[in-house]
Amino acid sequence: MSASALRLPTLRRRHTVLAGFGLALGFTLLYLSLIVLIPLSATFFKAATMGWSDFWAAVTSPRVVASYRLTFGASFLAALVNAVFGTLVAWVLVRYSFPGRRVVDALVDLPFALPTAVAGITLAAIYSGNGWIGQLFEPYGIKIAFTPVGVLVALIFIGLPFVVRMVQPVLQELEPELEEAAATLGATRLQTFARVIFPTILPALLTGFALAFARAIGEYGSVIFIAGNIPLVSEITPLLIITKLEQYDYAGATAIAVVMLVISFILLLIINLLQWWTRRRRGAA
Amino acid sequence: MSAVLSIPVPVPSVAGARGNQESPVIRWILIGLALGFLTLFLFVPLGAVFHEALKKGLAVYWRAITDPDALSAIRLTLLTAAIAVPLNLVFGVAAAWAIAKFEFPGKSILTTLIDLPFSVSPVIAGLVFVLLFGAQGWFGPWLQAHDIRIIFAVPGIVLATVFVTFPFVARELIPLMQAQGAEEEEAAVVLGASGWQTFWRVTLPNIKWGLLYGVILCNARAMGEFGAVSVVSGHIRGATNTMPLQVEILYNEYSFVAAFAVASLLALLALLTLVVKAIVETRFQGIQESE
Repeated sequence: MSASALRLPTLRRRHTVLAGFGLALGFTLLYLSLIVLIPLSATFFKAATMGWSDFWAAVTSPRVVASYRLTFGASFLAALVNAVFGTLVAWVLVRYSFPGRRVVDALVDLPFALPTAVAGITLAAIYSGNGWIGQLFEPYGIKIAFTPVGVLVALIFIGLPFVVRMVQPVLQELEPELEEAAATLGATRLQTFARVIFPTILPALLTGFALAFARAIGEYGSVIFIAGNIPLVSEITPLLIITKLEQYDYAGATAIAVVMLVISFILLLIINLLQWWTRRRRGAA
Repeated sequence: MSAVLSIPVPVPSVAGARGNQESPVIRWILIGLALGFLTLFLFVPLGAVFHEALKKGLAVYWRAITDPDALSAIRLTLLTAAIAVPLNLVFGVAAAWAIAKFEFPGKSILTTLIDLPFSVSPVIAGLVFVLLFGAQGWFGPWLQAHDIRIIFAVPGIVLATVFVTFPFVARELIPLMQAQGAEEEEAAVVLGASGWQTFWRVTLPNIKWGLLYGVILCNARAMGEFGAVSVVSGHIRGATNTMPLQVEILYNEYSFVAAFAVASLLALLALLTLVVKAIVETRFQGIQESE
């Protein structure tokens, strides 16, 4: 609050002194419209040319509904796994020193940097029955690649950095005095975590969870190689859009895309609210 | 803003031993669990890319990456990035200049809209351009009449790549330039510098690390994009296959070693990206601490 009050005078002066506002904003809006807004609106216009009943039939056919169930279910589970292990990884990276910590820290971003197709074929190779990890599960009759579990594995990979990178800075800023005070007052280490540390990192944790979930529902490249893509069993929604396109069913593909876009926009709104909450918490701390 | 004004409190990254440390046993169990998780999902996949690529020896590897189709895929990937990255770089600087240095209504909506491509599935990013420029699309008939190909051709690949990499530079620069404020630029203008002089001599040196950071991330995504490009490419060998698409084709043909050989080049690019990112981050922290 006081920060923005302090800055107001300089803000007013900016209008009069600095140049290039019209050019910069004009170019930004033009480029944004040409590359993002107009193309995205094409999906809604295309869907509007379908009748409501056609649209409804396209987005609720059994094969499509099965794909929603897999996409959203696996994305939710993957985000959940990443919430737990992401917090653990962030904790270990911030609090403990061990050999190779800096390398591990840098490698956490690998899923952001590694092309999804590369991740896809690699995960399929190592989690298949004769792969490095798959063969450990094969004797127990557990198949990972080419089943819905494979989809889960790919989505865990793709969402791994989000929770770590959201929680890490909050843990770093956590003042040790708070924990010391809790310990002095007789709290056990677990109580301190549950009552002091966890509430502080919760907004960041939820933001990371939502980001990982949002990324996972749209993910394509890393999933299709490991999923097996069996209709009604292991076929994700983005793949169905491509399948419809390949059959020249543009209306059907667009209808599914509109459903996914609407869900993505709602998630984006939720993420913005969560980030605002995170900032407020961190600002207040 | 509060981060700028508050007095920096030195926070030790490894907390002291007064009641806020776990016992060594718990500590090593937690480290073991975290590293075990990362091993299953990060380290083993990374190692596997290179293992699979080099399984049949260096000669086979070399033949796979110097195959004419692979070389043409590498060329197309480099070309696409060479167009998409500068476009989004110019956009990112313009957007950050407008948003960080000026006040105007609707600013937070604009910032959200810039991030929009991140929340759109890559497949949908490809689909929108098919709906616009495909044979049945809005501009399809006009394009056909003038014999211009966008979908199943290089322009479509570039467009889809520009879309998915759209926010990278802007989202690195906006918070950075907001934190820096406009005082230095204002001083330059008062001392008689022109608008461009102010930008080149004052703003650019201040944002160069953030800019580099955004460009690296943008480039990694541009070269590695798969879903969006896959929709618009048409998979024409030697013509519209980028490296990730070439990986897919080889893999689906059961040419696993060749697929992993091309994939290993992309994995090297990813590792290089992470190294440069780590270096830039260290520089960043150095600058922030010295201020």
